[in-house]
Amino acid sequence: MNEERITEKLNILADAAKYDVSCASSGSKRKNENKGLGNASNGICHSYTEDGRCVSLLKILLTNHCIFDCAYCVSRKNNDIKRAAFTVQEVVDLTINFYRRNYIEGLFLSSGIFKDADYTMERLVRVAKKLRTEHKFNGYIHLKSIPGASDELMREAGLYADRLSVNLEMPTEAGLKLLAPDKNRQDMIDPMKFLKDEIILRTEEKKLFKKAPMFAPAGQSTQVIIGATPEDDQQILQSANYFYKNFNLKRVYYSGYVPVLADQRLPDLNTSVPMVRENRLYQADWLMRFYGFHVNEIVNNQQPLLDLDIDPKLSWAIRNMQVFPIDINKADLQMILRVPGIGLLSAQKIIGARKFAKLSWEQLKKIGVALNRARYFIICKSNEFERRDLTGNNIKQFILAESQSKYIKNTQSQLSLF
Amino acid sequence: MYTLVYDGTFEGLLTAVFEIYERKLFHVKLIKVEWRSGAMFEEVLQIITDDKRATRVLAGLRRKLSSAGVQRLYIAHMAEMVDEESSIIGFIRYVFDTDVNVEEDYGNKYVMRLSEILKMVRREKHRMEAFIRFQKLADETYYAAIEPDFNVLPLLIRHFKNRYADQKWIIYDIKRRYGIHYDLHDTQYISLDFSDASKPADVISAYSKDEKIYQHLWKNYFASVNIVLRKNTKLHLRHIPKRYWRHLTEKI
Repeated sequence: MNEERITEKLNILADAAKYDVSCASSGSKRKNENKGLGNASNGICHSYTEDGRCVSLLKILLTNHCIFDCAYCVSRKNNDIKRAAFTVQEVVDLTINFYRRNYIEGLFLSSGIFKDADYTMERLVRVAKKLRTEHKFNGYIHLKSIPGASDELMREAGLYADRLSVNLEMPTEAGLKLLAPDKNRQDMIDPMKFLKDEIILRTEEKKLFKKAPMFAPAGQSTQVIIGATPEDDQQILQSANYFYKNFNLKRVYYSGYVPVLADQRLPDLNTSVPMVRENRLYQADWLMRFYGFHVNEIVNNQQPLLDLDIDPKLSWAIRNMQVFPIDINKADLQMILRVPGIGLLSAQKIIGARKFAKLSWEQLKKIGVALNRARYFIICKSNEFERRDLTGNNIKQFILAESQSKYIKNTQSQLSLF
Repeated sequence: MYTLVYDGTFEGLLTAVFEIYERKLFHVKLIKVEWRSGAMFEEVLQIITDDKRATRVLAGLRRKLSSAGVQRLYIAHMAEMVDEESSIIGFIRYVFDTDVNVEEDYGNKYVMRLSEILKMVRREKHRMEAFIRFQKLADETYYAAIEPDFNVLPLLIRHFKNRYADQKWIIYDIKRRYGIHYDLHDTQYISLDFSDASKPADVISAYSKDEKIYQHLWKNYFASVNIVLRKNTKLHLRHIPKRYWRHLTEKI
């Protein structure tokens, strides 16, 4: 092995892959039944970068040579950067050796498009096939499905990979046309549709024949870039909701645009990464998926932007004061989940604990409820509760005055930049 | 106030519970034998571990708790958290003194405390599953040293045995001076003598030839995936507290 050359390739191709934010390694159920190497189940973050993101997978491009010229992408054809390409064997060796040392949960392999879609996809599939068949590797594999690749290759990819993903890149078709004129949104939706149908079909098959092979057991996901194009949060979340509902996606990732390229269609190079907005979008996404919120309750025509200074659940609560206060010792789970400052686990603990005795503030605090927010919206076994007739805005001011959020100092509300 | 001194084993703890009920003791404190300092004990009772009595108490617990509940109690004790015996005894007494299964009674301070202990232990276990870094030795064994906050090594066996079924490995807790060795078939507890390995040359030759290369590649990878514009040191440190750094290849 030529150590220097491999190191250089790894640096180039890891650097080029890092703007793909997905690093999930959960949701699969691949067991190590053949006394081979590894398994994939709940996902583990083996390390964290200095920007605080999880490192779970070896996330690399097979190559950063690309025939496309998408404005937002570092690997675009006309960008003057160093290019490199791994061989199939090199990726396999890196994966196996990193995995054996417990550095990673598996491989996330993507690629620039070289020659054409099928040619590229075929090589991605070959890496996965080699890992699974020659090395009895049962760790996690996430492959990018290349828009425009043949159904046959996509089907093969699904047999070896745990997860497949196609990035929508921009939240709307108009955004995509602006920044990636060579790309066509329909080309991205087609493989998503194909995989969705195939996953449903294979799951049915597996119910009938236990021995039927697994097909992308961790499902598919996608990513949209935030802040490179003028879409508002309503458009972004509506679009995410559409893909969750219609394509059974496991996750939609929101990637705050990192200004790496000068282009008049893009925000300035000195624009800061919209990290707070990204965080609020994820919170909203969680509300849709786990807390029983409908997307229109979070963003709508009156409220097209998420508040940056408070989280979306609190924002919903102060717009809907007529619902509160609720009695923590009586309300049903769905309602408790809507209280700001109460998470999934706390809500379940409350339901369990109140069967024994009514709960007081002290106990709620112990259970893990963030009382600085929750106390304005609930009553419990205590004579002390908020008696003033506060408006939503009053409450927001009180909570902000007490909290030490890192966000307060430098953000007020979202401005329209476009 | 009675002070009960026991041997630190789970059976010992259960025997202590037996004594508490048999002698109708009310205010008790349970301590491990080695921590016996010069404190002024009002009354000291030496608990002699008795398997029969322990089994009876365990059977009682099994009747009143779910099997997961009993398991959690065992894990909480095994973690060897300093001065938590009283919470565990308190929990067991609450279990026996109540007619129904109290596992979910988080309003009770003992139930809540046990759940906190479990949460800490599980987090430490999970951190070890994440932060263990194996180094490949010349004989193809993968070796990792750990210093977990609590005694979680026994809880790691299943995970690593399932995952690394086709490689020999050793995980060694250098704080508690014992380890686990997997020989491709079974695992066993071991203790290592490091006194001979003082010469640096010995240590280097113990590693396989490609070990250094992959450590180097991993460090490079770790540096390459960072996005400088998004630097967030506070978040970074919350995820990987500094005390774990010295066993993390990428942070050394």
